[in-house]
Amino acid sequence: MSELPISVDKEKCISCSLCESACAFGSLVMEEGYPRFLDDCRLCGECVTECPTDAILIEEAGTEVKLSNYKGILVFAEQWNGKVHPVSYELLGKGRELADQLGEKLFAVIIGSELSDAVKELTMRGADKIFVFDHPELEVFRDDPYSAILEDLVNEEKPSIFLIGATSIGRSLGPKVAACLETGLTADCTSLDIDPDSRLLLQTRPAYGGNIMATIICTNTRPQIATVRYKVMKEAEKDPTNESEIIKKTVDINDIPDRVKIIDFSPAKELVSIIDAEIIVSGGKGMGDSKGFEVIQELAEALGGAVGASRPTVDEGWIEYPHQVGLSGRTVRPKIYLACGISGAVQHLAGMKTSDVIITINKDAEAPIFSVSTLGAVGDLYEIIPRLVEKIKERKKNV
Amino acid sequence: MSEGLNIIVCIKQVPETTEVDFDEETGRLKREGVAAVVNPFDEYAIEEGIRLKEKYGGTVNVLSMGPPQAESALRDAIAMGADEAYLATDRAFAGADTWATSYTLGLSIKKLVPYDLVICGMKTTDGDTGQVGPELAHHLGVPHVCYVNEIQEIKGGEIRLTRLLDDRVETLGASLPIVVSVSKDINQPRLATLRGRLKAKKTEIHTITSNDLEADPMKIGLNGSPTRVVKIFTPDRPTAGDIVEGSPEELAERVLQKLVECKVI
Repeated sequence: MSELPISVDKEKCISCSLCESACAFGSLVMEEGYPRFLDDCRLCGECVTECPTDAILIEEAGTEVKLSNYKGILVFAEQWNGKVHPVSYELLGKGRELADQLGEKLFAVIIGSELSDAVKELTMRGADKIFVFDHPELEVFRDDPYSAILEDLVNEEKPSIFLIGATSIGRSLGPKVAACLETGLTADCTSLDIDPDSRLLLQTRPAYGGNIMATIICTNTRPQIATVRYKVMKEAEKDPTNESEIIKKTVDINDIPDRVKIIDFSPAKELVSIIDAEIIVSGGKGMGDSKGFEVIQELAEALGGAVGASRPTVDEGWIEYPHQVGLSGRTVRPKIYLACGISGAVQHLAGMKTSDVIITINKDAEAPIFSVSTLGAVGDLYEIIPRLVEKIKERKKNV
Repeated sequence: MSEGLNIIVCIKQVPETTEVDFDEETGRLKREGVAAVVNPFDEYAIEEGIRLKEKYGGTVNVLSMGPPQAESALRDAIAMGADEAYLATDRAFAGADTWATSYTLGLSIKKLVPYDLVICGMKTTDGDTGQVGPELAHHLGVPHVCYVNEIQEIKGGEIRLTRLLDDRVETLGASLPIVVSVSKDINQPRLATLRGRLKAKKTEIHTITSNDLEADPMKIGLNGSPTRVVKIFTPDRPTAGDIVEGSPEELAERVLQKLVECKVI
């Protein structure tokens, strides 16, 4: 067994125990006046930052990489059937901000077949340069060829930052590319910033089921790669006057690895997937009877969301178990959780309280659910929801 | 592939997250009394390994990297029906991000056992990255498939499986060896039997240290990790925001505006 590469300089230590309270994981205990680091220490460095006398040291072997050779922000533009996935526009929106902050260029890369329309879209969304890998064999996403192409491109172009959408494709592809390039990857980021002093990318993401947020940096390797959660960043505005430099790359398909063959594919069936849903509209006992779920369903459809339910409604047989949110059902963390006629028992709150935004509609102004709600509307869901559905439909028509 | 399949399942011990809570005052995870369990997503990986062994014969070995106490997670896997358990544990592995973790797991697999198939869970409930599976495949130099929801057949050194992407289900074929990350749809994990628990108690957990692996010290633990955590904080909690009253029309409008503000419509 080796030693943990973290130690305390007992000469400097003033036994203030600030380090102990700084450790979010309880992996540091004070013993005989000095910190002792437990085996599950993650070396996150919170204690180092907190120590007023710089007594705690994490030993890191230095690596010399020519980081200054890496410039520009590269965005992976994901396409399905030749159509750009909207997360890519969000990455271009964020990428532009980062590029301007750094005084660097914004690049996009797209891989697929018959991409001319997609390339026009990417141009309007503000990319300075677009790398296009257009080949019939690349029409559908496959891990091996896509990651090999991206690895080569990064080695040629040397971007300092590489952004990928945290879709199922992006989260499959990102780690393969990062592993090949021997660089860091931060998954599922919800916020990206540039540190003005170090010019490093500050990548913030939820962990522990959303109980904590962690900001992560990638110091000594490039590019700094992040997958970014869909519908978090603002889309780049369309600018028909923008001009991009289009670089058409030739693809020699025989040189590209392809170890996994697609035998067949079919569109995904509609599944009850409240776990992955970005928007969940849930109904509770306050609806009065099972008909309430018809209203809930309409709202969920209008929003493109999934239907959730509280335990009493499932116990009553108004809806099936897979919809149940709470300790005895599913734990969910959507962007928007709309609780309708749900009082907010502790067991329900435990399953949804980390949702980004909670909107509540309930007649009972005393319902506990209001205490965790971002917006609470005190009123009758049967009167409010149909009006809301109309308004949403109207708005969608006009946008 | 001579006699049956050599299957390796990679697992991680995590805090039982439904119980993890953050103490707003001290800024710490409340860990008192929080159980350490097998990452729930990994239970599906263990189950799939055992089912394949039951179907094709062979062995299911479980591998984990973590502090010494992680051996209890490996014992849980043995109790479900896995054969041998390996724990890569060494202070030199501490502070590893997904890159260094997958490098270490990769070396462990290469050094210790011949394998046909490596099964991982889709992600962990603590780190929640889902990156170790695909990165591990790179270090092993074999292909990887994410989101596997059915392993249809393994025959003549070939595997046929399906995976669920955002918009489609794909049936894929590849040669062994391969690494797969399985989703929760793939099976229903079994509970440990009493006999399994007894066996788990007695099983020797094989430990692996950095010396055993002859690992490049620059590629393990913190040194081998390209990423660093610089800050940990509590997310902004939705504490009682606006509670509004009014006519149904007004209330519907308020909710609409909130949805617009959140950019979902």
